[in-house]
Amino acid sequence: MIAKPTIPDLLDQSPDRPGAQIGKPVSRVDGRLKVTGAAKYAAEFNTPGLVHGYILSSAVARGRILRMDTARALALPGVLQVFTHENRPSLPWFDRRWKDDDAPKGSPFRPLYDATIHHALQPIALVVAESFELARYAARLIHVEYEADPHQTDLQAASAAAFTPGKDKGGFEPPPKPRGDADRALAEAEVSVDLEFTQAVEHHNPMEMHASTVVYHNDGTLTVHDKTQGPLNTQTYVCNVFGLPKEAVRVISPFVGGAFGSGLRPQHQLFMAMLAATTLKRSVRVELSRPQMFSFGHRPETLQRVALGARKDGTLTAIIHEAVQETSQTENYVEVVVNWSGQQYKCDNVRLDYKLARMDTHTPLDQRAPGAATGVPALEIAMDELAARLGMDPLELRLRNYTEIDPNTGKPFSSKELRACFRQGAERFGWSRRNPVPRSMRQGRQLIGWGMATGVWDAMQGQASARARLGIDGTLTVGSATADIGPGTYTAMTQIAADVLGLPLDKVSFQLGDSNLPMAPLQGGSWTVSSVGSAVKAVCDRLRERLAKLATGLNDGPLKGLKAGDLDFAGGFLVARSDPSWRLSITEVMRANDLLVLEEEALSVPYYKAQMQHKAGTHSAVFAEVRVDEDLGTVQVTRVVSAVAAGRIINPKTARSQVMGAVVWGLGMALEEETMTDQRLGRFMNHDFAEYHIPVNADVHDIDVIFVEEHDEVVNPLGAKGVGEIGIVGVPAAIANAIYHATGKRICDLPITADKILEG
Amino acid sequence: MSQPTGSASLGHAQQQPAPPPPDLVEVTLTINGSPKTLHVAPWTSLLDALRLQLDLTGTKKGCDHGQCGACTVLVDGRRINSCLTLAVMQEGRAVTTIEGLARGDALHPMQEAFVEHDAFQCGYCTPGQICSAVGMLEEGRATTDDDIRELMSGNLCRCGAYPNIVAAIRQVMDAQATDAKGTDAKATNKAGGPS
Repeated sequence: MIAKPTIPDLLDQSPDRPGAQIGKPVSRVDGRLKVTGAAKYAAEFNTPGLVHGYILSSAVARGRILRMDTARALALPGVLQVFTHENRPSLPWFDRRWKDDDAPKGSPFRPLYDATIHHALQPIALVVAESFELARYAARLIHVEYEADPHQTDLQAASAAAFTPGKDKGGFEPPPKPRGDADRALAEAEVSVDLEFTQAVEHHNPMEMHASTVVYHNDGTLTVHDKTQGPLNTQTYVCNVFGLPKEAVRVISPFVGGAFGSGLRPQHQLFMAMLAATTLKRSVRVELSRPQMFSFGHRPETLQRVALGARKDGTLTAIIHEAVQETSQTENYVEVVVNWSGQQYKCDNVRLDYKLARMDTHTPLDQRAPGAATGVPALEIAMDELAARLGMDPLELRLRNYTEIDPNTGKPFSSKELRACFRQGAERFGWSRRNPVPRSMRQGRQLIGWGMATGVWDAMQGQASARARLGIDGTLTVGSATADIGPGTYTAMTQIAADVLGLPLDKVSFQLGDSNLPMAPLQGGSWTVSSVGSAVKAVCDRLRERLAKLATGLNDGPLKGLKAGDLDFAGGFLVARSDPSWRLSITEVMRANDLLVLEEEALSVPYYKAQMQHKAGTHSAVFAEVRVDEDLGTVQVTRVVSAVAAGRIINPKTARSQVMGAVVWGLGMALEEETMTDQRLGRFMNHDFAEYHIPVNADVHDIDVIFVEEHDEVVNPLGAKGVGEIGIVGVPAAIANAIYHATGKRICDLPITADKILEG
Repeated sequence: MSQPTGSASLGHAQQQPAPPPPDLVEVTLTINGSPKTLHVAPWTSLLDALRLQLDLTGTKKGCDHGQCGACTVLVDGRRINSCLTLAVMQEGRAVTTIEGLARGDALHPMQEAFVEHDAFQCGYCTPGQICSAVGMLEEGRATTDDDIRELMSGNLCRCGAYPNIVAAIRQVMDAQATDAKGTDAKATNKAGGPS
């Protein structure tokens, strides 16, 4: 049954209303499992007879395998098999059998398909052995001869052949057509800036390395524990690739040790574990090593140009944003990089251009706030430079060009409390005390700088289903085949369900990460609360309606004759709003109707019509303070204030953590994270945690998160927009701008490492 | 121009059979208070012995190279990266993992503080963070938040929960200091100090 998409469905938002659970800063419901080590991740399902796979990766970036000698590996006692392109079983030929829910246009990568090497670290063999150590040892005994072809891994060079992609991926919108004449307006502008940017490759590097445990049952069915952001995506992929019916494959992934996009597509360890399990008829685990975590998708390297023209009063007259991004030879990975520049500010002359360049790398992959985290910082650094040239406060410049409609589409925003973000963020940070002159603050050899920037992300909703089962004892179980990669989905969904039915949290449990549960989309893009949360609300609304009907229909009951709208649900009771002493417990209602359980399932569908008429987004204002060591060029981010407008916040405690964590991501992007290519070999050279730097505890100081009040009746029945991405978007620019303020140096190449600060 | 390349390191040794995998060795460890006798290969890390042989999967593998701290356990009360030591090297020692910190249903104060302060998101680095924090307080070197940040920097958290991790550890550290003061005061009283 489809839930009715009516708008005035919005719940009263006060966290003080009877039975309220939404809006309360409760601790994670799965917290105990995580702090005791009881939460099980993909590589932690141990089963009798489990064998281990170890992947051998290609030593060349492009070419083909001439010969592989696996004899020495196979001769070892305990080595069961070495799978290569030469002995693999038959695999599907059509691309569509290899597609997944996040696949862009093109041919998905097929492990062990043939002798061709497409990119460095490509998996070329799987050793399966009785122990992990033995498989690893045996993999090193495989002798491979390659014919290496010349490779292209230099984006500057590859960009000469850049092309304009189409609508090549779900969720991707090509740039809008130009408005006015931006190039002429730029040439004629009273004040202008024209900057070029580079964004380095970044790897997701969740703490849990990608792993899959495939449990082989005697009847030939399989249980797959996979590191995934969507158990149904995993199920569909393995069924299509291995020609299995859905009934034969159940995916169970209750916990995911971070992903940030890396689990949006099935990665090759899943294929390998499935290949071995179905061929050997054994339970198999394959876990990537940390260096192999650099062998699949990444945030693409990007070259950008942002040029802005303005009148002396700060009114923008021209915006040009051009980007060239890498993709692989086989797929068109696209993300929205430049469109934000047409959406953020009022301006009559706008030209946006987005191109792809093919390189011999693995296809890039969505990474936290894909596109926005790359494109918005370029715009926001350019805005800061414009403010400097105008002699204007950067915050004032943004307010001068503020827009209440989306200039790209002409549609109003469903809600946009960005002004409140600016105001509250600036006040908390103390922005009004800023001396605009660069290098105006110092303490000894430490230069201190303050910078700010704006962040933006889309508020999206997809279709999702949920199932609910209410027992006569007042316990409620709700489930949907979504994931919880860390945001707190278990907790938020438990709160939504408890809120609708007025139950204490300990009476409600939420299930996810299981392909037997009702349909949910991939967890990504900040849309899980919006999509799955709406389904949870819908199915619980339905239970609420049924209970209300049952209670008001009881002839000798205290609620007889009342309407559903006359009742509150609180503390496990149905309570007359007019006189709270008239009430019935859920148990009483069900017993009087001879019911032991009530079950419902509901599909939630977005408010397509209302959503089509609006632009829906989350917004933020980020303020940062840095200390730059003048002698060493080191940067410390001592304070960050992030004020976020994201609609209704289901759980302020976990939402704060999400934004805080995203600020840490922004810090990494601004200062540390960079996967470097050895162009001679065409391979990433810093592929471990010693050389690929992510922020550590000592890098992170005060982070202050503000959620401004924002009401939205368009985005979904909850009015909640999601906060997974918005936290990162404004941060790299706020830090870069603070570094400018501290040092007087405008650095447009991220990450801003010490050498760049000392150089200019 | 194309050119063949090979894995030169193997060279002519290719023709020789590879040395066979090593024989298993008996090791006795005290794991979370109970003696355990294991038969492990000498090349098995303490981490893999815990996760695969003892099914103590609370100890996490994040890099297997001593670069992330997810595998931190306490050996004779000291925090170590269990991926950087072999199980056979720990003969006779007492290993405490995340599974051994709680007393029955009662969580260790550090575990409670981590839940209360939301000091994790995905939870994967969490057991290592908690064991590391317990070991760090035992070392007694931290007095300020900056000390905590520095001494906890061997434990990476990709979700970026660091400020909450510091807050959680701070709470336990302050509670321990208060307890210690109380104990000191009592001791002074008993010793016949001014009353």
